[in-house]
Amino acid sequence: MAQTMQFDLVSPERSLASLQAIAVQIPGADGDLTAMPDHAPTITTLRPGVLTVQGDKGSESYAVTGGFADINAQGTSVLAEKAIPVADLTAEDMDSLIAIAKEAVETAAADNKDVAAKNLADLETLRTTLNV
Amino acid sequence: MPSLKDLKNRIESVKNTRKITKAMQMVAAAKLRRAQDAAEASRPYTERFNAVLGGLAASVGGSDSAPKLLSGTGSDQTHLLVVMTAERGLCGGFNSNIAKLARLKAEELKAAGKTVKVLTVGKKGRDAIKRDLGDDFIGHVDLTEVKRVGYDNAQDIARDVLARFDADEFDVATIFFAKFVNVVTQVPTAQQIIPASFEGSEEEGTSTLYDYEPSEEAILADLLPRGVATQIFAALLENGASEQGARMSAMDNATRNAGDMIDKLTIQYNRSRQAVITSELIEIISGAEAL
Repeated sequence: MAQTMQFDLVSPERSLASLQAIAVQIPGADGDLTAMPDHAPTITTLRPGVLTVQGDKGSESYAVTGGFADINAQGTSVLAEKAIPVADLTAEDMDSLIAIAKEAVETAAADNKDVAAKNLADLETLRTTLNV
Repeated sequence: MPSLKDLKNRIESVKNTRKITKAMQMVAAAKLRRAQDAAEASRPYTERFNAVLGGLAASVGGSDSAPKLLSGTGSDQTHLLVVMTAERGLCGGFNSNIAKLARLKAEELKAAGKTVKVLTVGKKGRDAIKRDLGDDFIGHVDLTEVKRVGYDNAQDIARDVLARFDADEFDVATIFFAKFVNVVTQVPTAQQIIPASFEGSEEEGTSTLYDYEPSEEAILADLLPRGVATQIFAALLENGASEQGARMSAMDNATRNAGDMIDKLTIQYNRSRQAVITSELIEIISGAEAL
């Protein structure tokens, strides 16, 4: 029996997952990372991407955008502004997210433009990866 | 003295009113449960968010490089009041209580020589403070079409507020909403969102030494705007529950009053009917005696 830790995935509107996980792959802003039990306490912001949680009963994937992950001794919690199970993700969801990101790129002030553009690029990569 | 027919019509009309208020009360009760569930569901997110943000703010806050959203612009000359109310009336003192608090605060600020700007969310609050603060309105968010308040709505409001902050339109932002205590009690509350303030959440964040990716400052800069949206979202949900609670108790009162009124009118109706019968009898008897 593999070692497990408490994993929570919450969005502002509801709590999506709360379970014992063996490993969680997190799309961090500086690159993907995998959190396992006894990982060093870390806080990282998220980029739009796929979060995969491996539990006792197989693994599940969620598309997440914006927010952060808090990895500590008690477990891992991911607070995402939007989190949708990959299976439920529709093309419309993606379209609206990309539309908002595009608008943000256009309206962003000069020093924030790079951040907004990266966000858009990440979303488009996400779309291609998931093929929706 | 109204005629028997008038009284009957009157009773009928009050009965109809009672049916309507009763129905509204039950609808509000059902909606209240949903609103409370929504508020409940958002709590884990808000709590953790504030805990982490509070910890970060405590460690970075003192430095000069702290973001403006946390440290403020260095002045408090211009205040933005975000007044959040309902889109509909018939909910007791709910809207007017929030409006009153906002009006008092605005007067206080103006007396201190500050500039006040008002952003309204919800039609009823706008109407209520239009007369006093109409000149200070800078915008309005309409949620009439929104059946169920989502995080997107909060994000839209937050984006609007932040854009104005970036454009140096104001220094301090405060939101006004009603905190839900129970069905009969909702407390109008003012909460400052910019510069951000965190109460009592600092101890938790500092207990563990974290690695930060990218850097503490970068995370804080990324999270603070989201924090504004989170606070607005929490306030919207709180407001939603309060509105339904207020409507429920207001309609409960109305239903009870209608019942009392029906009882009174019924007594009056019976009395007049008896009077008519008596006078008819007297007429018949005196007619018979005259023969």
